[in-house]
Amino acid sequence: MTTFFLFVLVVLVILIGAYLYRVLQGPTIFDRVLGLNGISTKAIIVLVLMGTVFERVDMFVDIATGYALLNLMGALAVAKYLEQKGLP
Amino acid sequence: MTFSFEILLLILLLVTAAGAILVKDLMSAILLLGSYSFFLALVWAWLGAVDVAFVEAVVGAGLATVLFLLTLFGTAPKDSRLRRPPPPIAALFALPLLGVLLLYAANDLPKFGDPTSPASTHISPAYLERSYQDTQTPNVVTSVLMDYRSLDTMVETVVIFTAGIACALLLRRQAS
Repeated sequence: MTTFFLFVLVVLVILIGAYLYRVLQGPTIFDRVLGLNGISTKAIIVLVLMGTVFERVDMFVDIATGYALLNLMGALAVAKYLEQKGLP
Repeated sequence: MTFSFEILLLILLLVTAAGAILVKDLMSAILLLGSYSFFLALVWAWLGAVDVAFVEAVVGAGLATVLFLLTLFGTAPKDSRLRRPPPPIAALFALPLLGVLLLYAANDLPKFGDPTSPASTHISPAYLERSYQDTQTPNVVTSVLMDYRSLDTMVETVVIFTAGIACALLLRRQAS
């Protein structure tokens, strides 16, 4: 079962690479923001899966929750910045 | 399998770090730095340092992004040094040499998770055995932080408090 989880982890990290291409390459700022949000959705799953691999899900769920909450705050901050300053 | 996963995470870390330096738009650099500290948090979590991973995910990926954005509110969103000077030749030779030296020196370090390394034969058992009698705290990490290294923690708190006051003052002036 651990091998299965590790396989899923590797596949998810490769998928994160696809999002990362959009964040690095993205012509507009919205591509980058959307790519970052996609990375963060993968990130939460990766953290919980790591918890199952180490058999300490309770601690890793804390990290995943904190990351999810603060990532939402980051996206809101970006939106507020774009609203006030206009598009770059 | 474990090894290859570490390599994948480190590659992502390198890609985001290089992208944050090379990208011209400062807004994109901030977003890339957020993903960089998230990958760093994943590496910490993979190495078993869950507390450090938590702090990195919360502070690095969440709080630092917001603080950088607040800085951009007061400054220009573009990097004005569009034509950067090339790095000096000495740095191009000396820095890879330093990296090779550090890797060579890292060979002598004990292996990760080695039970016979000095840190896990002398210090960790002493803390695990004595901390409850010494400090009456059930959590070992808390007893180390708050009792054995309480002076350290206090001065760290002073530093963070000062930084918080400075941030609050700067942001207040900007709002008015």
